[in-house]
Amino acid sequence: MAVKSQGTNQVLLKVENLKKHFPIKKGIIRKTVGYVYAVDGVSFEIERGEILGLVGESGCGKSTTARLILRLIEATQGRVIFDGIDVLGCARETLRHLRRNMQVIFQDPYASLNPRMTVGSIVEEPLLIHQVGDSTWRKKNVKELLETVGLNPEHTNRYPHEFSGGQRQRIGVARALALKPQFIVCDEPVSALDVSVQAQILNLLDDLQDEFNLTYLFIAHDLSVVRHISDRVAVMYLGKIVEIADSLKLYEAPAHPYTQALLAAVPIPDPAKERQRSRFVLEGDVPSPINPPSGCHFHPRCSRMSDICTQEEPPLESWGDSEGHLVACWHPGVGPEMA
Amino acid sequence: MVYRDGFIDQVSEGYEGVAAREREALPEEYAGKTLLQIFIRRFVRHKLAMAGLVVLVVLYSLAILTPWITPYEFDEIDLYNMYSPPSAQHWFGTDELGRDTLTRVLYGGRISLMVGTVVAILSSTIGTLIGMIAGYYGKWVDNLLMRFVDLMLSLPLLPLLIVVAAIKGPGLGGIIIILGLLTWTSVARLVRGSFLSIREEDYVQAARALGASDWRIIVRHILPNAMAPIIVSTTLMVGIAILIESVLSYLGFGIQPPTPSWGNMLHKAKITMTQYPWLTYFPGLMIVLTVLCFNFVGDGLRDALDPRQTLYRRYT
Repeated sequence: MAVKSQGTNQVLLKVENLKKHFPIKKGIIRKTVGYVYAVDGVSFEIERGEILGLVGESGCGKSTTARLILRLIEATQGRVIFDGIDVLGCARETLRHLRRNMQVIFQDPYASLNPRMTVGSIVEEPLLIHQVGDSTWRKKNVKELLETVGLNPEHTNRYPHEFSGGQRQRIGVARALALKPQFIVCDEPVSALDVSVQAQILNLLDDLQDEFNLTYLFIAHDLSVVRHISDRVAVMYLGKIVEIADSLKLYEAPAHPYTQALLAAVPIPDPAKERQRSRFVLEGDVPSPINPPSGCHFHPRCSRMSDICTQEEPPLESWGDSEGHLVACWHPGVGPEMA
Repeated sequence: MVYRDGFIDQVSEGYEGVAAREREALPEEYAGKTLLQIFIRRFVRHKLAMAGLVVLVVLYSLAILTPWITPYEFDEIDLYNMYSPPSAQHWFGTDELGRDTLTRVLYGGRISLMVGTVVAILSSTIGTLIGMIAGYYGKWVDNLLMRFVDLMLSLPLLPLLIVVAAIKGPGLGGIIIILGLLTWTSVARLVRGSFLSIREEDYVQAARALGASDWRIIVRHILPNAMAPIIVSTTLMVGIAILIESVLSYLGFGIQPPTPSWGNMLHKAKITMTQYPWLTYFPGLMIVLTVLCFNFVGDGLRDALDPRQTLYRRYT
């Protein structure tokens, strides 16, 4: 499950300084009294055929980032370039065309399928919207898609409520695959599922990636899930990316104290080892994105905090000897927490 | 977490096997049922609603068949039989011109049911359209339309109806249109609310991500999921419209004699109520019965269409 580079080092998706500030409005005249800095300057690139994991605590802006890339909400600032096309600035028709190539799988399989539509019409809808093929071809295609994701192709006339969580998520995957996209945003696709079913869906996503040469942005809050599937991993904290590195590198030698704290929180399945290891617990809660801390957003909870951390924001810079390991920290390095 | 490296190999029994196993865990009651079947099952369980539905079916059938089943004409005057109490010839008695009250109640029911039904459909359609646009587009569109709704709601309904009826001259079509134009506001608010919440649902977001047009999202994704409260309120609206129509007719601004409606029959009967009370009983009872039945059916529909409420009731 390591790097899946096939020699084509071509960037498919490029995100530059992406920001989303939700205005907070108060009073009768709806005056803007402040902003929620949900996503505050996020930049990264994803190569063709690559899986980039995006992790972070709840409310750190992962899902907002996903929705911004898909242009389901409008960005405050920044650029998203998909296959050479500016997603945020393009015209309606171009966007419609782009949507054939960018798809999304949602977290909650109970909310992401229209309860009043049959499975057949849910999976057929993308083809219908983009007027692909005629009616008979579409029907046949829907059955193939259901088979691809491991569902019974005869179940096209059933409704989502007749399926379990895992099966519903498969329906969501089939819908996302229908237009043969290049890129799929997986917005916590397994977080709402049972652990055994999680593995099944992850395997399915992994197999499909090989089969159709897909590129994923894989969002999760569970580090072990991300580790399993990703080629590279980006860690987000309070609207910013604090560390981004190859999967192996990030899990073996994380440089940002926040990444280290997250990894230290992952339980070890061996009780003997689990009892022995020294525990490093992060103090305090995630600060409010309405009024984020000055300088480095992480400084109030950080053990390496110094004066500069409270005053200046650390840039996302290359660190260590490995290529593409970027860290936004004034005092990066493998700390005592990891020992 | 249980899985770490290599868990793919551990759990590789194939998708088919898992799909089969997951299927077994489904709630038995709803397995293999279409949404319609589930809805019917829930509605039939609701006894009052079923009773109401049966009565309404009878009333509508009578209304449709009235011209063929009534023993007299609604304007057939019999001056030898004025104010006769209920008897074998005249089950409900006769009025001040010796006209058969049963016949007139049936003809009146025709008018009242038609006014109620058409007004309810008209006002729900207007309300749904306006609420849909306000809720889906939001922002200034929503603001504008909702302030308009506030304006409509602050108009005093009854005096306005009387004034309009006085200017336009009363007539069946006129009354239906006036009532329709003045009663859509509650539906509009309801639909707006549903649209505001449903448009944030993941399946709507998924449709947008697929590139679906606004129209497609509204008609295919949001509206079908917002139908339940619309159907319920349309049902209740029939009752309300029948009531308003009878009030108007009672006041003398609605359906004009000799055409009978439950309202104007009451209007006529009130003068002689102390001597000949049966003239008020029958039209009055019919109004109460009809409106009550519509309310029961509305309640039943609400329970059958909104499973969350039913579950809530059952488990608390």
